[in-house]
Amino acid sequence: MATSIESMPETPVKKRNLVEMNWDPITRIVGSLGIFTKIDFENREVAECFSTSSIFRGYSIFMKGKDPRDAHFITSRICGICGDNHATCAVYAQNMAFGIKPPPIAEWIINLGEAAEYMFDHNIFQDNLVGVDFCEQMVKETNPGVWDKAQRTPCPNADKHGFRNISDIMTSLNPFTGEFYRETLQMSRLMREMFCLMEGRHVHPSTLYPGGVGTVPTVQLFTDYLVRLMKYVEFMKKVVPLHDDLFDFFYDALPGYEKVGQRRILLGCWGSYNDPDYCDYTYKNMGDWGRKMFVTPGVVVDGKLVTNDLIDINLNMRILLGSSYYDSWEGAETFVKKDPLGNPVDQNHPWNQTTTPRPQKRDFKGNYTWVMSPRWLDKRTGDHLALDTGGGPIARLWSTALSGLVDIGYVKATGHSVQINLPKTAFKPETQFEWKIPKWSNAIERDRARTYFQAYAAATALHFVEKAMAELHAGKSKTWTEFKVPDEAIGCGFHEAVRGVLSHHVVIRDGKIANYHPYPPTPWNANPRDIYGTPGPYEDAVQNTPIFEENGPDKFKGIDIMRAVRSFDPCLPCGVHMYLGNGRVLETKHSPMFGVAGHE
Amino acid sequence: MAAPSTKAPSPVKDVHILWITAGLGCDGDSVSVTAAEQPSIEDVLLGAIPGLPKVHLHNPVLAYENGDDFMKFFYQAEKGELEPFVLVVEGSIPNEKIKKEGYWAGMGTNPDTGQPILTCDWIDRLAPKALAVMAIGTCATYGGIHAMAGNPTGCMGLADYLGWNWKSKAGLPIVNVPGCPVQPDNFMETVLYLLYQVAGMAPMIPLDKQLRPTWLFGKTVHEGCDRAGYYEQGDFAHEYGSSKCLVKLGCWGPVVDCNVTKRGWMRGIGGCPNVGGICIGCTMPGFPDKFMPFMDEPPGGKLSSTAIGIYGGMIRALRSITNSTVNDEPKWRHPDPKLTTGYRPTTY
Repeated sequence: MATSIESMPETPVKKRNLVEMNWDPITRIVGSLGIFTKIDFENREVAECFSTSSIFRGYSIFMKGKDPRDAHFITSRICGICGDNHATCAVYAQNMAFGIKPPPIAEWIINLGEAAEYMFDHNIFQDNLVGVDFCEQMVKETNPGVWDKAQRTPCPNADKHGFRNISDIMTSLNPFTGEFYRETLQMSRLMREMFCLMEGRHVHPSTLYPGGVGTVPTVQLFTDYLVRLMKYVEFMKKVVPLHDDLFDFFYDALPGYEKVGQRRILLGCWGSYNDPDYCDYTYKNMGDWGRKMFVTPGVVVDGKLVTNDLIDINLNMRILLGSSYYDSWEGAETFVKKDPLGNPVDQNHPWNQTTTPRPQKRDFKGNYTWVMSPRWLDKRTGDHLALDTGGGPIARLWSTALSGLVDIGYVKATGHSVQINLPKTAFKPETQFEWKIPKWSNAIERDRARTYFQAYAAATALHFVEKAMAELHAGKSKTWTEFKVPDEAIGCGFHEAVRGVLSHHVVIRDGKIANYHPYPPTPWNANPRDIYGTPGPYEDAVQNTPIFEENGPDKFKGIDIMRAVRSFDPCLPCGVHMYLGNGRVLETKHSPMFGVAGHE
Repeated sequence: MAAPSTKAPSPVKDVHILWITAGLGCDGDSVSVTAAEQPSIEDVLLGAIPGLPKVHLHNPVLAYENGDDFMKFFYQAEKGELEPFVLVVEGSIPNEKIKKEGYWAGMGTNPDTGQPILTCDWIDRLAPKALAVMAIGTCATYGGIHAMAGNPTGCMGLADYLGWNWKSKAGLPIVNVPGCPVQPDNFMETVLYLLYQVAGMAPMIPLDKQLRPTWLFGKTVHEGCDRAGYYEQGDFAHEYGSSKCLVKLGCWGPVVDCNVTKRGWMRGIGGCPNVGGICIGCTMPGFPDKFMPFMDEPPGGKLSSTAIGIYGGMIRALRSITNSTVNDEPKWRHPDPKLTTGYRPTTY
C-alpha cells in the first residue's frame, strides 16, 4: 500500500519555465501550513502545488485507554478556534455510544452555542483574516490597476452599507486602522459573549457533557443572548450587501477571476444542529434524524446531490495514507467489522484506523506532511472522491439548498437556493437574503457563501431562542440525562465544524476508549496526494489557478494563491491526524456522585 | 523571588513582540487574545494606553505578511537587528531528540536543506536575545493536554525545556500565563505589565514559584466562585444543570489556582463552575492527568464535602428560618385607617 507518489507530471507538449515559490508559514489562518508551488509566470498560472503541515501532536495515541466521558474535554483541545465544535461532536458520539438522549432544552442550548460559534468565527475570519487579502494596502501592492478601478467604481449597495465606492470598503478593511476591520473584531467579541452564555467559555467549553449541558437555563440567559443576537442581525444587513459588492467587483475588475481557486464541485457537508424532536442518537435512525438537522447533510458531486443519508455518508468514508508520515494499518486489528445495521465496515474507515507515526524528512516526491488523505467512496463509480468543504458555508448552503428540507420561517431551503429572513431591527427593516447556487466552486464563491452563512446562523439562532424559551416557559428546565458508560460500545458523531465536515468515531472496550478518530474539515481540505495520485483540494484548487497579480517574480506576493487557499478557511491544528496508543487504566464511575443529603 | 530590577528608566520607544504559535498547540491562545478587551490588542497596538512604547506585533494568526515576508522578522531578531523584543511561545515544546529524523513541530523552511526549521531551534536562537520570554497557555507553560500520559512526542512546557531558573538577558524569568486556553484579559494584562516594566514604569513583575503573575493566580477558583456559598451550606449539585456547588460532579475548584470565577471569560460573562462547568484544572502544572477522569468527584473532595455537609446542613436550616422571617414585611405596612408604626401623631 505504501505506493510512492510521483510528482505531478507536467504536460509534455507545453514548454514551461517554472519558478519555485513557497509560503511557509501561511499566515492569517489557524495553524501551521506551508504552500509550495511551481509557477509559470509566462503563462500566468500555477503549475504545481503541494500543501504541507508542520505539526504533529498525536491525540489518538494518548486518548487510548482513557475514560470515554473525557473525550469531549480532550478533543476540544484539537482546535483553538472551533474547539467547541469538537466538544459538541464528541458529545454526539458519546450520546450514541452511551445510548442516551439529552433533554430538548439542552439541545437548544448547544445549538445556540454552536450558532454563536459560526457567527463569531466566520465573522473574524472573513473580515480580520481573509478580508486583509482584499484591503487597500494589499490591493495597492498587488494590483494597482484594480485599486484605480475600485476608486472609480460606486457600490451598487451603498445605501445598505454606507460605503460609497468599492475602494472605501477596501480602506475600511486595512488591518487595525480600518474602521470596518475594527468593528468586525468588536462584533466577534460580542458573539463570543453569546457563546460563553451557552457553553461557558471560548474556545474550550466548560459546560458541555455527554447527556446534556451544565448551563443553567433562566430567563436572563436567553435575554442576554437575544439582545446581543439582534445587534448581529442588524450588522448582517450591512455585511452581506457589502461583501456582495466587493466580490462582484472582483469578477468585474479581473475578467476570468472565477478561475481562481476553482475546482470540480465535490462538496461534503455532515449536517449541523440536531432537532430534539427527532434526534434520538440511535445509529439505525441516523439517516432519518440527520435529514431533520437545521443544516442538511449531503454529498454534492458536479452540482448534484448524491446522498443526504448520514449512514451512507458514514459507511463510505475512507482514510487513505496519502503522502503522509504514517505507516499503513492494513494488517492491524479491525475494531468494527459491521455497523449496528449489519453493513460491512471497511478497514480504511475511521472506526478501524490504527495509526503509527513515522517521523521522516520532508520529500515532495514522497511523503511531505502530517495530514492523511480522507476520501469518500462514490459507489456509483468506485471513485475515491477528494471532497472538500469549501471552508464550510458553501457546502452547507449547497447541500441544504438541494435537499430542500429546512423550512423554519427564518430559513427556507427551496431546492435551488436558501432564503434567509431577518426580522426588523433597531435601524433597519425586515430583510430577506437569498443565497443562490453559484456556477462555480471557487475562491470568490466560498468567500461569498461565508457571509450568507453568517446571516443563516443568526436566523437559525432566532429559531433556537424561541424553542428554548418555549421549553423554559413550559417548566422543562432539566438539562441533563444520567447515564452509564457501557463496557462495549461504538459511537459516531456528525457535525459541522465552522470550516466544514466534522466526524468523531469512538470504540469502547472494557469501559475505556479503545479507538478514537476525529475527522475535522482540514484533513479533507489540506491533504496531500493520495495513493491514487489524486491531489488534495488545496493543491487541486491552487494548481491551474491563473495569476492576476501585477507583480513579477521579484515582488511576487502570490495574492491569488493566498485568496485560493484562504477561501477554504484553513485550520491546521485540525489537519493534524490523531491516533490512539496505550494509556493508563482508570477506574470508571458512571453516575458522578451518590448519596449525601440535599436535593435540587 | 529576588528582583533584579530592569535597567534604570531608559525609555524604550519601540518594542517588537515575536510570537511563535508553532509549538504543539491549537492556536487557541492567539484566538483567545483577540477576545481581550482589558486591554484589547488594538488598544496596545494603536497606542490607546498612556506611557507605552510603540508595539509591533508579529503573530502568524494576525500578520499582514506571509511566508518569507513574515519570517524575516524572526531572522532579524536572531541577528540582533530587532531590539528589543519580547518572545511569546504558544504550544508545548516537543522533544525532537527521541527520534531519528523528521520533525514534530516546525516553523518556516530552511533555505539550505528545504526542511522545516524546528520550533525548538527557533526557541534556541531567539530566547537568549529576548528582553523577556512569555509562555502563553497551559501547553507552553507546563505541557498541557499534548503532554498527557502516553503521548508520543515527549512534549513539555517552556520552563521544562529552557530550565526553571532560566533568565532573560534583562534578568527576567520566564513569565507563565497558563489556561486552556488562556483567559483573554489575563494575558493582555500581563503583556501590559511587562510593557510598563520595559518602559521603566513598573517594578519587576511579581511571579510565584510556577512563574505565574501573583495577582492573577494567587487565589483558588473556589475562593472566587459565586457557588461557594452553596458549599458553605453543604448544598451540592447532583446533576449537571443545577445552580449549586459542583464539587461532587467533578469540580476541582477548591484546589486550583485560577481567577476565572472572579473575572468570568469575557466582560464578566462565562467561566467555569460559576456557570455550570466543572473545573478540570486547566491552568495547573498537573493538568490534565491529575484531574482525570474529569467527571468523577476529586478524591480529596469526599472528606471535606462530607464534613461540611454536617455543619452546612445545620447552618442552612437555621438560615432558612431567618430567611423566611426577613421575607415577611413588618406588620405596620397596611391600608387600615389606624396608624400602627409607633408614631403618635398630634397634628392629624
